[in-house]
Amino acid sequence: MATLHTTFAGIHSPNPFWLASAPPTDKAYNVHRAFEAGWGGVVWKTLGEAGPPVVNVNGPRYGALLSPDRRLLGFNNIELITDRDLEINLAEITEVKRRWPDRAVVVSIMVPCEESAWRAILPRVEATGADGIELNFGCPHGMSERGMGAAVGQVPEYIQMVTAWCKHYSRLPVIVKLTPNITDIRQPARAAKNGGADAVSLINTINSIMGVDPYSLTMQPSTAGKGSHGGYCGPAVKPIALNMVAEIGRDAVTAGLPISGIGGIANWRDAVDFLALGAGNVQVCTAAMVYGFKIVQEMASGLSDYMDEMGFTAVSQIVGKALPTVSDWKHLNLSHISKAVINQDSCIQCGRCHIACEDTSHQAITREKNGKRYFEVKEEECVGCNLCVNVCPVPECITLRDLAPGETDLRTGHSVAATHADWTTHPNNPARSPA
Amino acid sequence: MKSPTAPDLQTGRLTPAQYAANFSDATPALTDAQARIEAERCLYCYDAPCASACPTAIDVPSFIRRIGDGNLRGAARTILEVNPLGGMCARVCPTENLCEAVCVRNTQEQRPVAIGRLQRHAVDHLMASPQAQPFTRLPDSGKRIAVVGAGPAGLACAHTLARNGHAVTLFDAHPKLGGLNEYGLARYKTPDDFAQREIAWLLSIGGITVQAPWKLESRAQLDALQADYDAIFLGLGLASTAQLGIAGEHLNGVQDAVEFIAQVRQATDLATVPVGRRVVVIGGGMTAIDAAVQARLLGASEVHCVYRRGPQAMSASRAEQEWALTHGVVLHHHLAPAEIQEAADFSGKACAVRFTEQTERDGGWSATGRSVTLAADMVLKAIGQTAGNPVLQSAGFALERGRLVTDSDGQTSRRGIWAGGDCRAGGLDLTVEAVAQGRAAALHMHATLLASPLIASA
Repeated sequence: MATLHTTFAGIHSPNPFWLASAPPTDKAYNVHRAFEAGWGGVVWKTLGEAGPPVVNVNGPRYGALLSPDRRLLGFNNIELITDRDLEINLAEITEVKRRWPDRAVVVSIMVPCEESAWRAILPRVEATGADGIELNFGCPHGMSERGMGAAVGQVPEYIQMVTAWCKHYSRLPVIVKLTPNITDIRQPARAAKNGGADAVSLINTINSIMGVDPYSLTMQPSTAGKGSHGGYCGPAVKPIALNMVAEIGRDAVTAGLPISGIGGIANWRDAVDFLALGAGNVQVCTAAMVYGFKIVQEMASGLSDYMDEMGFTAVSQIVGKALPTVSDWKHLNLSHISKAVINQDSCIQCGRCHIACEDTSHQAITREKNGKRYFEVKEEECVGCNLCVNVCPVPECITLRDLAPGETDLRTGHSVAATHADWTTHPNNPARSPA
Repeated sequence: MKSPTAPDLQTGRLTPAQYAANFSDATPALTDAQARIEAERCLYCYDAPCASACPTAIDVPSFIRRIGDGNLRGAARTILEVNPLGGMCARVCPTENLCEAVCVRNTQEQRPVAIGRLQRHAVDHLMASPQAQPFTRLPDSGKRIAVVGAGPAGLACAHTLARNGHAVTLFDAHPKLGGLNEYGLARYKTPDDFAQREIAWLLSIGGITVQAPWKLESRAQLDALQADYDAIFLGLGLASTAQLGIAGEHLNGVQDAVEFIAQVRQATDLATVPVGRRVVVIGGGMTAIDAAVQARLLGASEVHCVYRRGPQAMSASRAEQEWALTHGVVLHHHLAPAEIQEAADFSGKACAVRFTEQTERDGGWSATGRSVTLAADMVLKAIGQTAGNPVLQSAGFALERGRLVTDSDGQTSRRGIWAGGDCRAGGLDLTVEAVAQGRAAALHMHATLLASPLIASA
């Protein structure tokens, strides 16, 4: 049986599932329960500097995007960093690490962008026995207005500078948590690397407003009639996170930098997505906040069975496996031709493929045959766009068939070429390189 | 032939609590949460089969989508726009044979979207809301139209005509409007006086004057109506129950099922409705099932529903047959009634029914020679209704087996007179079909009278 044991940036944990720095890791009570349930590690909820702690609103901190049957698709929060005293947190971290020596305990930190502030807190965190630190450069609400969190994460020079301080004043592995509220994730990742970071973690939450109450015309969630943007996470953000993880993984400057993948992980498949695109482990928050800590057992079970099925014996064997398949558009093979195929045995004749294609795409699906309701792909019109596959309610009913070299593409009348040909050499490309 | 068993026909077999429980809503309303989740199962099909299967062509995907969107008022408007009796149809339509039969979810999940229950959810919401009538009337057309018969066809016709600005007089032979909606449906299908609540809603459009009870009994009345009004719609329904034509039909305890159903429905106290200890219902349609199940629910200990042909030929849907079986009704097939037997004490009371077994041979039916006798304290006849109203014959209409022959717009052979519902030849005898015919006739009357564009075309 595969082992789920992971070493990430030198930090050991019995499995790759860590709880992200967030409400579930705010105090010893929760963290004990998390470890009892089987979490491999936690990133303790972000500590601020000594003195009076931050305060939270006493109205709604959370908002959700729900499906009609109230499954949570997206999640929004305006909670700040820990609102508990630094001394209490440090004492609890010490106690937790002593009791759970085999689990990863990483401490998230956010203090003002001044060297003295970091120099003051780092030794105190190290004294707890924690395994590493995570720099919260991602929090997009509240703290960013005070020049911390995402406000730092949006300036690569600051990232590099603070990271370097941390490496200087602490022996602990430094994980830099990145904000997605930027245009090019590679810039902050490079800055972290240049500052000496041992790893990056991403994504933090995305700036968000959940909606408006249509009857009071007040933004939601709101506290006493006013709201401020929150940070968005949960299943809906996963594709955004995956792209950013892959971007860092395949960037020449940051390639090989350990990545802790975060963003909408709710099951083993989500974890495999992140691992295969280059993450060395994953962090979870929303799924735990929806289902409780026990959910890690289903994630671990699924990942373990998957690894056995695939013949992987260690998590590291999955890491980055799909990365070589991520490319730039210009390198995609334009010789390749796919056509949709509707399996008539499983078609339930809802007609969604037809109307989607007819109204919004290529008019490539029939609606009747011999006067009867019948949905079939017209290969002479089909461009293989995959829209019908995505709107079909029946799994595997519509699939894409790859034409073999030598087959005729009925749409163009051309024979499918066996050789790769992409935009870089395409005749329509004014900047093409000579063939 | 006399039987030794003393007939047992009584009232008050149950406690008040039992009556209340037995006759509560057969299909309880969906909660908001249930409706949302069920609505989510709808795939919003292209050229949806459910809409095509509906005799009133309700845009089912649209109304379900609107329920899912939390727009119940818009959902109800979609329904009522083409089917003003959408509330009743949601309760009594054999959806398992219509919209739900062709739902694509049957193929995928062996369970259709609960279209009927969702329809009820939307319409009930609208009807309970402060502005329950979403439609307004067009300006007065100056035309006066008589609608005779306030059953589903007449009500749909009257409402549609009123919307289009016509002044409607609605005549009915009974003290309460509604026709079969009020008198002919099982009590548990339309609890809480829904038929009358729906009628109040239909009339709230304005422009409809009710004249009831008023009975069409002579050609002269019809001629007078034609002189007084610009057009007439006949939604007369069917008058009398067919007779068995066997010995003993006159005995005490033998009753038309239609009459029994009306009695159960109209009773203010169900404990006053007599029911036999052993009941035999003769027939295989919806009326037979409604009578048989209600006999059981009134406390009959044994109810037999006996049909002369096989289960496939029964006009009661499979779901209705299962409903009867669930309620402990015993279904018999291939038994034709031969004789109703009188009690031994010569009191004139029925005590049993003898049936002869039938078999299908060479495309025809013949007796096997075997017979079966079922003890019965009460015999309910549910072998169909006949056209009845003799005025139609004398008034010179073209008829087909007593029913009015019309063209596809509902025009009868007499100019200026349209017809719909059960009194019109060639239908399925369904509430929803009567509504469709009443509305279609109204739109055609409107077009004919004004030669103006239709405002409410489907």
